[in-house]
Parts: sequence; C-alpha cells; structure tokens
Amino acid sequence: MDKQLYLSSSPHIHSGQTTDRVMLDVFLSLLPAAGVSVYFFGWPALKVLLLCIFGSIAAEALCQKAMKHPVSVRDGSAAVTGILLALNLPPSSPWWLPLVGVLAAIVIAKQIYGGLGYNPFNPALVARVVLLISFPVHMTAWTTPTPLGSGLDAVSTATPLGEWKTAVMLTGKLPEAAQSGYADYFIGNMSGSLGEMSALALLIGAAYLFWRRILTWHIPVTFLGSVIILTGVFWLVEPGRYPSPLFHMLTGGLILGVFYMATDMVTSPITVKGALIFGLGCGVITVLIRLFGGYPEGVSFAILLMNAATPLIDHYTKPKKFGFVPEKA
Amino acid sequence: MIESVLSLGGIGLVAAVTLGLAARKFAVEVDPRELAILDVLSGANCGACGYPGCAAFAKAVSEGEASASLCTPGGSETIEKVAHIMGVDAKIQAPQVAVVLCQGDNVKAGSKYRYLGIEDCVAAQKIADGPKECPGGCLGMGTCSRVCPFDAIEMTEEGLAVISREKCTGCRKCVSACPRQVIKMTPLEATVHVLCNSHDKGGQVRKYCQIGCIACQICKKAAPEAYVIENFLATVDYDHYQQAGPAVDKCPTKCIRDFVDGYPEGSSFIPPAVPVKHDAA
Amino acid sequence: MKLKTFPAGIHPPDNKHWSAHLPVEDCSLPQELVVPLSQHIGAPAEVCVEKGDRVGKGQVVGNAKGFVSVPVHASTSGEVIAVEPRLHPTGRALPSVVISADGEDAWSEDLREADPDRLSPDEVRDRIRAAGIVGMGGATFPAHVKLSPPGEKPIDTLILNGVECEPYLTSDHRVMLEETEKVLEGAAILQRLLGAERICIGIEANKPDAIEVMEKACVDRDIEVVPLKVKYPQGAERQLILAITGREVPSGALPMEVGCVVQNVGTAAAIVDAVRHGRPLIERVATVTGTAVRQPKNLRVRIGTSLAHLTEQCGGLAKEPAKIIMGGPMMGQTQLSLEVPVVRGTSGLLLFAEGDVPLRPEGPCIRCGQCVRACPARIMPTTISAYARLDLYDEAEEFGALDCIECGCCTYVCPSTISLVQGIRTAKGAIMAKKRKL
Repeated sequence: MDKQLYLSSSPHIHSGQTTDRVMLDVFLSLLPAAGVSVYFFGWPALKVLLLCIFGSIAAEALCQKAMKHPVSVRDGSAAVTGILLALNLPPSSPWWLPLVGVLAAIVIAKQIYGGLGYNPFNPALVARVVLLISFPVHMTAWTTPTPLGSGLDAVSTATPLGEWKTAVMLTGKLPEAAQSGYADYFIGNMSGSLGEMSALALLIGAAYLFWRRILTWHIPVTFLGSVIILTGVFWLVEPGRYPSPLFHMLTGGLILGVFYMATDMVTSPITVKGALIFGLGCGVITVLIRLFGGYPEGVSFAILLMNAATPLIDHYTKPKKFGFVPEKA
Repeated sequence: MIESVLSLGGIGLVAAVTLGLAARKFAVEVDPRELAILDVLSGANCGACGYPGCAAFAKAVSEGEASASLCTPGGSETIEKVAHIMGVDAKIQAPQVAVVLCQGDNVKAGSKYRYLGIEDCVAAQKIADGPKECPGGCLGMGTCSRVCPFDAIEMTEEGLAVISREKCTGCRKCVSACPRQVIKMTPLEATVHVLCNSHDKGGQVRKYCQIGCIACQICKKAAPEAYVIENFLATVDYDHYQQAGPAVDKCPTKCIRDFVDGYPEGSSFIPPAVPVKHDAA
Repeated sequence: MKLKTFPAGIHPPDNKHWSAHLPVEDCSLPQELVVPLSQHIGAPAEVCVEKGDRVGKGQVVGNAKGFVSVPVHASTSGEVIAVEPRLHPTGRALPSVVISADGEDAWSEDLREADPDRLSPDEVRDRIRAAGIVGMGGATFPAHVKLSPPGEKPIDTLILNGVECEPYLTSDHRVMLEETEKVLEGAAILQRLLGAERICIGIEANKPDAIEVMEKACVDRDIEVVPLKVKYPQGAERQLILAITGREVPSGALPMEVGCVVQNVGTAAAIVDAVRHGRPLIERVATVTGTAVRQPKNLRVRIGTSLAHLTEQCGGLAKEPAKIIMGGPMMGQTQLSLEVPVVRGTSGLLLFAEGDVPLRPEGPCIRCGQCVRACPARIMPTTISAYARLDLYDEAEEFGALDCIECGCCTYVCPSTISLVQGIRTAKGAIMAKKRKL
C-alpha cells in the first residue's frame, strides 16, 4: 500500500546536526586528556574513568525509569558528564568517591530538574564541589605521576597550585614549584586531578571542538583573557608573591574549565553578548578566589556562580532585533 | 554580656516599632468581604469566571462587578457561600460538564496525511486542517488535556481525548482550547451522548470512521423526544436527556454511548457505582 | 572582492545542479485547468463567470475585491465547467473556476496594447493591477499596492530580486538568462513609475552566468548588478535591502520606509507583458525537481495546471514521493496530493522521497544557541518557542515573535530538531488574534 504523504510546517530540510553527534564530539575531544591521565597514573586513573562513565549512564537510566520518563542515555550526555566528572577527580580516589559524585551529578544536578536541557548548574561541577566539601581529604589526596611502565610508586604530594597557595599563605613568597617546570605542566607530568594535568591534551581536544563548530570563541577568549590579564597585573606588581599567568593557565583546572566546563551549552548564555559577559565573570571570580580566597582552585566555584547568573544574563542581553526602533519618549 | 542583650534587644524593639507603624501607615484598605470570599473559593485559579485567578474574582465580586454564580468549578456549595457573604440570593445554574463528542481514535478513524511537527492540536489543525480525515473529530494530541487545571482529561493510547465526568468542574477551558470544537458542555445529569461531531453524509463518514454518526435516524425512531438530526448529525436534545436511553443499543455504528456503562474504549476512567452529584450538601 | 551580505543566516547545500543548466521548456496545456480565486495576499477575487460560460485566454474570471486584491484570469480559452471548491495549495478546498480547454488557446479580445512611455504612472498601475500581477518570488503580494507608496515615502532605490536563495529552485535563474531584456525593460517601467534614482539587481554568486549576462546587458543602462554572497535567506526582502543599501527596514514597517522597493525578476518580466501587451499573469516558470521525479526541469506552466500534469511532463515519478512541496524546501508548503493547481506564487515543485524527509523526533532544547546565532531577524527562536508552548504569548512577543520572517534558519540548525518555526507561527497567530480582540 502506498504510504501516506508527510505534511509539516516549513522548513523541510535539516542540517543533520544532532544532539547525539554533539555529545559524541565532546566525548571524543576529552579522550586525549583521559588518555594522558591513564598514561601518567595507570590503573587508578582508568578505574576512576570507567566508574564515572558507566556509573553516569547507569544512574541516568535508573533514575529515568524510576521517574517514568523515557530513557534517553543514547544521547550521550550522561557519558559526557561522566568523563568530565572523572577528569575532576584525583587518581587516588577510592571506588565509592566517583559513585557518590555520579549521584550528585546525574540525579541531583540533572534529572531532578527535568533532565537534559533543564539543569541550571553544570552537573560535573556540582558533583565536584559536593565531593570537595563533603570529602575534602579524599578530594585533595594528590599523588605524583607514576607513568605506565615506570615502576614508580605513587607518593602523595600537593598540586603546584596548592603548593603555591600554602607557600604564599605561610611565607608570602613563591615556592619553587611555581617558578619552573612549566614544560612538565604543559604535557601533564604533574600532580593534580585527571583533567588538571595535560594542558596540551586538552587543547588538542578543544581544537577539535572548534573545528567541528561546537565551541565558539566567545567564552574561552573572555574567560582565559580575563584570567591572563588579571593575574598578569598582579604578577607584574609583585612577582615575588604572585605566579605568572602562564603558571595559572597550566595548573589547576583552568584549561579544563575554560574549554569544557564553562562552555557547557545548557548552563551558559545563548546570546553572543551574554556569552562574553559570562566568560568575563568566570575569569574575574576565578582570579579572586585563587589569589585571595581560601581555596587554591577557583574555577569550579566561579563557573557555578556564573551558571546561576545565566538566566539573568540572557534576559538582559537580548539581541537588538532587526529593524529595532527605540521607543520614543 | 549585658551589652549584647541590650543592643540586640534594642534593635529588635526598634524594628518592631518601625514595622508596626509602617503596617498602620501603609495599610491597604481591603474590603473584609473580599477576604472572606477568597477564603471560601477553591483556590484553583482556573479562570472559568473570566478573571485571572481567585483573588481577582474575589475582588470583583466584593466590588459588585461579578456575580457569585460565575464560579462554576466551585459548584453550588461555593456559589451559595459567596452569595451569602455578599448578602444576595445565589443564582445557581444546573451543573455542566464537558464531553468530547468523538470516539474516533487512530484505530477507528482514518488520517489524510502523516503529520510531522509539534504534538499540539492547534498547531496540527493549521496544516491542511489537521491530519484526521474527519473534519470534526478529535485530533488526539492532548491540547485540551494540557489546558485542564483539574487533570480531568486523559489521552488514550490510541489518541482520543476522554473527559472524566467526576473530575470535570465545568470551567470550559478545554472548550476554548480545542481547535475542532469537538468538546461541548452538557448537563451533568445527562449520561447519554452521541459521540460524533461530523456533519458529513453517512456514506462519507463510513469511509473514514468506523464509529461515526451516519444520520440513519434510527435513534430518533427509538426515542423521538430525545434526538435531533441536523445536517447529517444526530445530537441528544438535552432538554429531554432522560429519554435518550433506548437508542443506545439500537445505534448501528455504536456512536451513542451511555457513560453509566463506561467510558470510551481505551479510557482508564471508571464510572462510580453511585451516580456522581456535584453538590454533596 | 568581498561580496555584500547580511549578518547571520545559514548555508544549506544548494542542490541547484539538478536544473540550473536546463533551459525553460513549455509545459503542455492540460485538458482541465483549476483557477483558484485566491492566489494572492489580500481579499480573494469575486467570481464573475458561471458554469457553461465560454472564456478566452486572459479573460477575467474573478474581479478584484478592494484595493489589496487582484483579478483572476482564465489561463486558456475554453468553457467554464464548474465554479466550486477545489483542493488548494493551502490544503483546504477553496472556490475555484474550473476550465476545460478547447485547444484553441486563443487570447481574449479584451486585451489592449499600449506604449509604456506614453502611459501615466496611474495608468501603468492600473494595467499592472488588471493583469493580476503579484510578487512571483512566492509572497504573492499585489504588485500595484507595492508600487503605490504614499507621497511622503519617496523611493530612491529599486531592487530587482534575482537572488533565489532557496535550495533546489532555479526558475528565476533561467528567467534572468533567457528573458534578460524583458527583465530589464520591466525594471525601466518600474523605475519610471517610482522615480527611483538607483536600480540594482541582486544576484547570488552561485549564478555566475546570470551575473555575467546581466552585467553585459546593463553596460549601457543605468542599472547596477550586485553579486551577493551565497547565504540563505539573502533573497528575503529585508536582508536584501540591508545587503545592497546598508539600510535596515524598521520592525513593523515596510521597505518604503527606507526608500526602497523590491520586486522579483519574474514579476518584472510579467509587468512588461501586462503594461505593453495588456496580457494578464496566466503563466510562470517553475522548477520541478527532487529525488522522486524522473527528470527535473524548469517549466513554463499555465496557472491552474495540476502538479500531477507537471510531474508527468518531467517523466513522471521515479519513486513514491514522501513529501510534495510547493515552493522551496525552507519556506514551501507541503501538499496533500498532486491534484493541486499551480498558482501565481508557485516557484517550484519539490518531490522528496522517503529518505529526504528528516524524521527525528523533538528532543529537549540543549540551549546551544545555534538558533540565536543563525537568526537573520536577530530574535531568540528557542525562547519564543518555549514561551509559546506554555501559552505565555506576552513574553513571546517581548522576545520578538512578531518579527520572525519564518525563514526556517533556526529549525534547520537545531540539533534537537525542535519545530521552532511552527511554534513561533502559533505564537504569532495567538498574539494577532489577541490584538484583534482588544
């Protein structure tokens, strides 16, 4: 029998871009960083990654079933949240830490709000902050890199950023770690969470996302730019106390935050002006927390605070419509 | 120690006095009747009265602008209470409920095209008058169900809207939302309805629907007082609804239904053992 | 040299290679022609013939009703066999005059020749109106209305729209190549009518042959050929005016507000026939294309010819069509069947097979902002659509619902395949209905 014709509203063609494809691209772009972390930390890193990724998918499926919503794990957003969460955790995490994180990220920060598209806060960051505040010891149990095949044992240590913060608070002076070793920091031969380490791997992934037109320049440029400028000012004024902008870029979760967390589509503004303001706000708050706050790392909090401001920013940065006529008094 | 007690106590005192003075100075004159009316209203904010919410309706009634009987969802109990507060006689109309005059779901009724787009009857109706071949039948995309403030409308799995006579309060929101005007207000007591809204000739209706009215006039022969056939469609004359019963079994397409025997196929609603009465006074 | 353009927009694959190189063929005259009384924006024409009447080609069968309306004409000579509702491109059955062709195809004797240079502007407008000329790019706005700007809105720029930004369509392209002189003559008539100092023809850069031909023809004329960057919707009136003149038509106002008038190249050619020969608009060039048709073609077809007849002329169906679109794929209207007549605004017939129809169900909005970036009207499609679904029409209006030009860019880019244009259209309808009530 002939099938009936389709009738619909225009348009009748589509770009072919799908949410699934976007999520897949983001996931792929994070694989280099994940790979580097496994190289430098071995099995513990892989364990964290697998627990987070598969845990997220399972948590979302179970939660949606329980809420009687259609199960949508196929769109890949849970997997992306999983890998992002993993990159925010230290490699030495005990097995239950990623699972609690997954609960916070998927169930609390995402599904409760209605699932994909409805969450006001970046789920991976919410989870990171929840874990940081609830289990501060576990979340800051950094270890030295133990590259695969090196036969080294993990030794607990502080991250370069943490070292600087402690040093500055105690002595008011830059420690050794903040003055050199940048090459190591760039490649990833340093301590930190899985995603903090290799700026290079993260930049490769970000370049891929720019090429695929999933990332646009607005948030990364304003976020990174404002961090560089602000830290630069402080460094120039007191180089003995404040590390250089390059140090800030290569340590802590800044690169991860700038290219992957702040740019999360659901929680950042949809207008062009809005995105610029968002990036700027993230940068300023990050620097303030890093330089003057109690925590060595400010990126997570900065982004979450700006997430809260996103609806307001969107409202006040409505584009001027074509042929806008200002209201005459 | 004493300083903290004195300072905090002092602040509290100053705040209390300021607030008290402000409450008196900036007090808004509210008609006490308005508050009393608001109290007895159901608070559903359904808009059936034509006002944006119960508070606005209470204000309008207290100002003499609106009649108490506008609150149909509240039922005669509420109307009487409101009228009592205003000191007037309550004008109570017979309660009405909404009925979807159609049983043509996707299995029983044919479509003229495959619709792609927003799952909304108003949107679908704009595209070549809707995907259903029957020009008057229910499109089944749930616009009425979404608009109902009382959760009284369900969409069956096969795409038919069914309204629960027990839950419907007669607010009429579904009637205005439906782009096909297939929902009509009927007296609550009337349980027999002709569930069809198509004015096409019988032969045409047969082509696109298994359960539509073909205007064969058999119902009118079985119960002459209770049925009116106009423009190829039979409808119950609700002034004589009590006599409509005998035609139910005689209808050849089974489009006449007595809701006492059950809701249309696919519905999860179950008629109560005792016939529903709005006023349980 | 950097080509002129406008901000935002999209780059869909243009798919014009199916028919861009094919010269216009005459479509054979069908036996039956169904001429709807409503083929334009404005009041439908009032029928003035009856069943049994004999009509000549070009004879008026329906009179214009009011100012914003045009008459409707018989597309060939023959007998009126019915005046009844027939399936119309809008999907409803609307009053139409059904004519059975007598094969003579003889022009009605009512038509009169004239010299455009000797006619007064009002006489020119009258002839344009009498010929039933409407915007042939698809908008079908009565031309005589567009060409009657009030005295306080002087026109300094006339723009001929040869952009044809919709994918698949190539009829305007062929008209520019094959009827170059006619198009330019039409431009001259229009210029005299409007008193415009500047005449431009906007052509997208994907039609280099048309640009070349036009440039050669305009060497001794005071007409500028403006090649434009290939981007959809460059052919939209406001975007075209912005690209060529740099002026933005104010929201809610008409192009005359910024001193411009835009006319499609096909309309310009039709105006020559109307003014010089008194011939009404009874035929047009339409592109028949798509994977479901055997031989895509550009056809010169009489108004009232069924889409089925058109398809037959193109070798018939190659596959079962899944979507029949009258117009382009971005703004065209889907049809219930091929038994629908060609009307004055039919720029093309697209026959899509099953594989060409995007079928993904709607997902949640992931706030990617693509629609906001793609929107040429600079409004926020996802926000408007979301408010519309919640029946919050005041907010929808605040975010720009009434400024939507329904170009479809937003829906094209949406990764969650949300029917944004449909949602905004619903909002527009509700807002306008509310305004009318007040």
